[in-house]
Amino acid sequence: MKELFRRAPKRFTAADRENSQQIPDNMWVKCTACGELNYAKQLTDNLKVCKCGYHMRLSAHEWIGLLDAGTFVEEDAELAPVDVLEFVSAKDNYTQKLQETQELTGMNDALLSGRGTIGGLPLQVTVSEWNFIGGSMGSVFGERLARAAERAAARRTPLLTITATGGARQHEGVLSLMQMAKTNMALTRLAAAGQPHFALLVDPCYAGVLASYASVADVIIAEPGARIGFAGRRVIEQTIRQKLPANFQTAEFMLEHGMIDMTVARADLRSTLTRLLRLHAAAPDAAGHPSTNGASREPLPLRN
Amino acid sequence: MTTGLTAWDKVQIARHAHRPHTLDYIRGLFEDFVELHGDRRFGDDPAIIGGIARLNRTTVVVIGHQKGRDTRENLRRNFGMPRPEGYRKALRLFRQAEKFGFPVICFIDTPGADPSMQSEERGQAEAIAENILVMANLRVPIIATVIGEGGSGGALAIGVADRLLMLEHTTYSVASPEATAAILWHDSSKAPDAARVMRITAQDLHELGITDLIIDEPEGGAHSDLDTAVANVGAALRTTLAELLDLPLPELLAQRYQKYRSIGRVQERQLALVTRRDDPDEPPMIFP
Ligand SMILES: [Zn+2]
Repeated sequence: MKELFRRAPKRFTAADRENSQQIPDNMWVKCTACGELNYAKQLTDNLKVCKCGYHMRLSAHEWIGLLDAGTFVEEDAELAPVDVLEFVSAKDNYTQKLQETQELTGMNDALLSGRGTIGGLPLQVTVSEWNFIGGSMGSVFGERLARAAERAAARRTPLLTITATGGARQHEGVLSLMQMAKTNMALTRLAAAGQPHFALLVDPCYAGVLASYASVADVIIAEPGARIGFAGRRVIEQTIRQKLPANFQTAEFMLEHGMIDMTVARADLRSTLTRLLRLHAAAPDAAGHPSTNGASREPLPLRN
Repeated sequence: MTTGLTAWDKVQIARHAHRPHTLDYIRGLFEDFVELHGDRRFGDDPAIIGGIARLNRTTVVVIGHQKGRDTRENLRRNFGMPRPEGYRKALRLFRQAEKFGFPVICFIDTPGADPSMQSEERGQAEAIAENILVMANLRVPIIATVIGEGGSGGALAIGVADRLLMLEHTTYSVASPEATAAILWHDSSKAPDAARVMRITAQDLHELGITDLIIDEPEGGAHSDLDTAVANVGAALRTTLAELLDLPLPELLAQRYQKYRSIGRVQERQLALVTRRDDPDEPPMIFP
């Protein structure tokens, strides 16, 4: 299998150690699902999927590896959060939390976005970073997602959203809630441009984010075993005062109930996405430019 | 007498059992109301009321969360917490409104969407997401009025609108103060603190540019004088509806897009290069 990998994994650096997202090759990593030890090098080669099948969490930057090597161009990286509510409580100080998280992740906020290609086909892509306040959606997340959708519409390319999230960011209050409307609003532009939205749900994917852009994609893919739902498991158990079945709110449960299209193992994601992109890309026109399936529509202006 | 109320006080007033609920506004303000039932998919959810009626001699679709006044009624109405079939009933009525060119009038009054195993199985998140998407470019005017508590995605699922009105003592938040306290501090008894820091009152939302109009409540709150409260809402709805009916459809939809597209606060800040880890020429890991 190793020859299929076109590039060596990223060098381990001291900065990554704090982040504990990259693991030195000579270490063993214990799987949180089965308890077995995996040799780190082997685990990385296996895209951080344990022998037992458990898909370990990837950082947003690791997910960019899903794109063709060297094609990713980040956009809107300069957008940074504002503590609008001046959120300070006895246990929580948003400004301070942001600073710490920015240091930890090297990101301004919880969404990474830009353009690139998969299988040679261009697309816009967004990835949420779980380590940035639980991948929560506030103003910056919503703005970057909306811009990605608008750019995809203007450039006539598909949009791929990769999402691990706990939901809306509490610290930005109702502004976070309204990002649900903002992201879906922008997706109406993508639909008008005749371009598809593919959503990849990774563990965990919950609440206000699942209840907005992530659930209205044209094709919804989930990683095996990912936990997906609206209300948190604990909230439901407290409400009904009983234990929920083990498979409740898993990707497989969502598939069984008709809420997602498929589960795809990490190793097969590139080929599945390539096939989907090819199917949605229309035949090239005489000049060799790819046309679109909704060809009669006017190009939409780029906002900002 | 209404000055000096804390955010937590307002939460209590917004939840007061004797406040006018959706059906009180429908009875008091609309003519010829015909209630329509069911989502045509699974069932009928009593937590959401919907139907056709006339307001200002205009036929409108009216949709609202419905709470009960007593325990029995609240159990039947699930405390105003809709299940997916409730949102899908609303969705069906949005489409009906669009088909006949009827404006949509929504009343928001919910602690949030129903959190249960059955609602999850039937796709609570999808039901909310789809409504938000459809309301985003529904080709008729939409007015939403918060008449009690606006809780989370469960409120927004019938709340994407050209104009958002709020009664003076109502709240609208990303999650109920209890839920926020549980999420952030693992202690729902800290709800009054959450209410304070979350900026959830009608006045806060007006300052944040989300609410377009605050409707006065009678002295002592809407629950102390239902007729006046209902009449005040009626006056605001009539004026707002007339205003929206004057807008050409493309303008209406463009304004709605811009209204939601511009919500949020961001700043520009370059990341220091040393802290950046993404390197387009060397992605951390390559998929097969
Ligand atoms: Zn394992």
